[in-house]
Amino acid sequence: MTNHWIDIGNSDCILIMGSNAAENHPVSFKYVVQAMQKGAKLISVDPRFTRTSAKADIYAPLRSGTDIAFLGGMIKYILDNELYNKEYLRAYTNATFVLGKDFDFKDGLFSGYDPKARKYDKSKWAFDMDDNGVPKMDRSLKGQRCVFQLLEKHYSRYNIKLVSEITGTPEADLVEVYKAYTATGVTGKAATIMYAMGWTQHTVGTQNIRTMAIIQLLLGNIGVAGGGVNALRGESNVQGSTDHCLLFHIWPGYLANPSTKWPKLADYLQRRGKSNDPLSANWWQNEPKYMVSLLKSFFGESAKKRNDFGYDWMPKLDAGKTYAFLDMFDDMYNGKVKGFFNWGMNLACSLANANKNRKAMATLDWMVNVNLFDNETASFWKGPGMKPSEIKTEVFSLPACVSVEKEGSITNSGRWMQWRYQGPKPLGNSRADGDIIMELGSKIKELYKKEKGVFPEPILNLKWDYMTNGAYDSHKAAKEVNGYFLKDVEVKGQTYKAGTLVPSFAFLEADGSTSSGNWLYCNSYTEKGNMAARRGQEDAVNQIGLYPEFSWCWPVNRRIIYNRASVDLKGQPWDKDQWVIKWTGDKWIGDVPDGGWPPLESLESPNPKSKWPFIMQVHGFAQIFGPGLADGPFPEHYEPLECPIEKNLMNDQRMNPTAPVYGTKADAYLSCDPRYPFVGTTYRVSEHWQTGLMTRPQPWLLELQPQVFVEMSEELAELKGIKNGERVLASSARGSLECTAIVTKRFKPFQIGGNAVHQVGFPWCFGWRWPQSGKEDSANLLTSATGDPNTRIPETKAFMVNVSKI
Amino acid sequence: MPGKSFFIDTTICTACRGCQVACKQWHGLPAEKTVNRGTFQNPADLSFMTYKLVRFSEVVVDGKLKWLFFPDQCRHCVEPPCQMTAEDATAIFSDSATGAVIYTAKTKNLDAQAIVDSCPYNVPRACKDGTLAKCDMCLDRVENGLLPACVATCPTGAMNFGNRDELLAMAKKRLSVVKKSHPKAKLLDPDDVRAIFLVTEDPQLYHNFAIASREAFDISRAVALKRLVRPLTGLTRRW
Repeated sequence: MTNHWIDIGNSDCILIMGSNAAENHPVSFKYVVQAMQKGAKLISVDPRFTRTSAKADIYAPLRSGTDIAFLGGMIKYILDNELYNKEYLRAYTNATFVLGKDFDFKDGLFSGYDPKARKYDKSKWAFDMDDNGVPKMDRSLKGQRCVFQLLEKHYSRYNIKLVSEITGTPEADLVEVYKAYTATGVTGKAATIMYAMGWTQHTVGTQNIRTMAIIQLLLGNIGVAGGGVNALRGESNVQGSTDHCLLFHIWPGYLANPSTKWPKLADYLQRRGKSNDPLSANWWQNEPKYMVSLLKSFFGESAKKRNDFGYDWMPKLDAGKTYAFLDMFDDMYNGKVKGFFNWGMNLACSLANANKNRKAMATLDWMVNVNLFDNETASFWKGPGMKPSEIKTEVFSLPACVSVEKEGSITNSGRWMQWRYQGPKPLGNSRADGDIIMELGSKIKELYKKEKGVFPEPILNLKWDYMTNGAYDSHKAAKEVNGYFLKDVEVKGQTYKAGTLVPSFAFLEADGSTSSGNWLYCNSYTEKGNMAARRGQEDAVNQIGLYPEFSWCWPVNRRIIYNRASVDLKGQPWDKDQWVIKWTGDKWIGDVPDGGWPPLESLESPNPKSKWPFIMQVHGFAQIFGPGLADGPFPEHYEPLECPIEKNLMNDQRMNPTAPVYGTKADAYLSCDPRYPFVGTTYRVSEHWQTGLMTRPQPWLLELQPQVFVEMSEELAELKGIKNGERVLASSARGSLECTAIVTKRFKPFQIGGNAVHQVGFPWCFGWRWPQSGKEDSANLLTSATGDPNTRIPETKAFMVNVSKI
Repeated sequence: MPGKSFFIDTTICTACRGCQVACKQWHGLPAEKTVNRGTFQNPADLSFMTYKLVRFSEVVVDGKLKWLFFPDQCRHCVEPPCQMTAEDATAIFSDSATGAVIYTAKTKNLDAQAIVDSCPYNVPRACKDGTLAKCDMCLDRVENGLLPACVATCPTGAMNFGNRDELLAMAKKRLSVVKKSHPKAKLLDPDDVRAIFLVTEDPQLYHNFAIASREAFDISRAVALKRLVRPLTGLTRRW
């Protein structure tokens, strides 16, 4: 989240799209209710009328996988009716930038496309630079090649009629949503978006969110209270795990994972874009300090300048290859993986195209399953359709204790790192993940010491000292994450002794004199104590629910990021009542500002001591035009891998031209095929958690949602002769699933390009291990194994199915 | 009027059913064996093992789809017809401090059907041996300064509990706000019950027994007649 949970209560208009907050983030609704009771409008856009829709002022249905068309129409609506915040746009976004001669968009493709590699040459999307190497700007926003005009041109095609034909949303509903949401383009009003997997799990997942970011920038809704772009994370600590490198392509603190593209540390450290604009903070220019401090944290004394601080010891991604779950299981399916740690996950149920993944696991020599309970993954060899006698995989199960049985932190969606003490002691032989991994690491180190092996240096040099009295010590780990001074240093007249905790990332250095396990978390555990454990109840001076002394949030306890865009050029807030920061003449008050530089004062002659507010961007401006993504600088509507229409009504490319397509027999897909005529989607229910591993064995929760179901419209049920509550068979090109039909008014057929298109939906929280009947299985048996070209998140939210009576 | 009351604001109930589970947890009630019957509502009805049940109802009003949620429970009537029907304070009595209507194990000796029939809201349920059970206002919690389990767990503030006068005031205040956007909004039998629901649509659309039924009123009248001929004693005695 750019903002945080409490801040939702400050909003004037809340769009819940790509998520179902009432059902899947029930506590968030407390803040939605707060906002509504102050007069905010709630909009729910969802293929199905949900418990969120039931509470909304406006509900609009849309066909799964058409969000960019829906939102692109909103961009056009904003531009046509001049509802944007022009001052904000000119001062803080790259709407004024001018594109180089190579940029073009034709027939659904941006310039630079290589059809063979399914890839773009992004250099074709470069900005025009002046003689000093600073982007040329057209502050009139009128030049043909400026971003603003190109944006207008790009979305000129997204007219209400066409958008409605693609999305299936009635035209009147589109207008109603656009009108309500864009009313917040005026100064002093803010709208927010609450999204989740309904947006990310598509072949255009990242671009769904980009489209919304563009809308928020046009309306001046980024950086302000009650605004922002807010991802509702799917677990209490997903934010924390992502910050600490859950994903294959990033290291702690969103540093890029080393790659063969950058064989030496110097290559890595020099790869980022430079800015020649003295007003651009270009914060990532500090990356060398964070990277070297991280390597120091990994390897301690062994990391020296002369050995590139151990950079050579870290694994490099093969350039051009991706290592997401989809890729991992594709490799596994093809027999390229021997062993597998399945840690805190239930991939046999949670990952798209479950049949492929379950088969893939049978090629393993061994699997280690670390979890609270046995699950469908550890027991895959005795699952439906498996012949145990023919499966060689040896499975080891290590029982983990539950979160409340250990001390440590979680970081919530709003980036708040919250320390939790230990409740009861772990039951039986179960152990904390920290203990399991510490012992594992120590044993591997011992083995390497004894038996050497190929390339032992990374293991032998790894600093592995997070234990106290033989047990994992979360305080030691948290301090390591914050970081230490490794030498006595003097900064601005103050001496910091070696071995003391670094006060913030401004103190990190690239010469090996500091360590930090994650620069973003620098400031979280300092000589002042464990900031995440704070429970102060005082609000900040602006009284907008920042509660700066309750827990701690990254970066440097800034509760609303990009907050220097919440003020005008003089440093005065756009919203006088719910202000985030304010310049008093000599300092900022309110939230921790995005850099303490004074206000810009004017665009014509900006204060040379100031900086543009979007400091994480090379040039300091928010990106209306985003040249960094794999699939294009402007979001464009493409159909999902499997869709109900032959031709994309928006352009000549049916699906995202850069989305990955996997080629095994188990990856079959059938678009627009009469055998699978209905759009399918998956979702969660309030009553189960993730794959249901922790909730399905819980009788009170199973009582509420006892069986996997398929929701369908009354019209479709009549067409197929299906009665409410009866068991039916759902099938896709990849698998089938027996489930109970819920025939409901909450799904309605869509009118797509003049034809009726039916959609159905399934929860993915079931698995064959429990309930005991063994008949309730995961909806991921049906979903397709393709995904977003930027993140490789699978496209589980839109695929094609059939349903029939059994 | 002294005692306690619930205010249940269905306009902000999201049917997360935290209340339903919290009730089972606090009372140590077993789960029922259920199947998906083509609805999210489960179990199908209140029972001897289920005192709190969120009812789901899909209706179309003026061409607009509504999904109505009704976290059903005992209303703890100010003058409880069940208690009057039982005429046995060792089986059914009203707690003098809170007004909670409490069923004891002695309900086994009552005519269970008569008690069920007497309830205008169709709440009490009997087990096989005829013992009756229903929401007890979490009296043990309330007497120890805690909120009822369903109220404590509610994430949105749909479930509220406190002194009756304050909760009635809260309900009336909220009604006046809701009425601006939902002219049909109303409080359900606020003067007669201690679990006051706020709804925006015709109560029947939420649940057949959302408001006191016509028949129940007749029975209540019959009971009231009985009261005239026989003096009422000990009905508020603490058990």
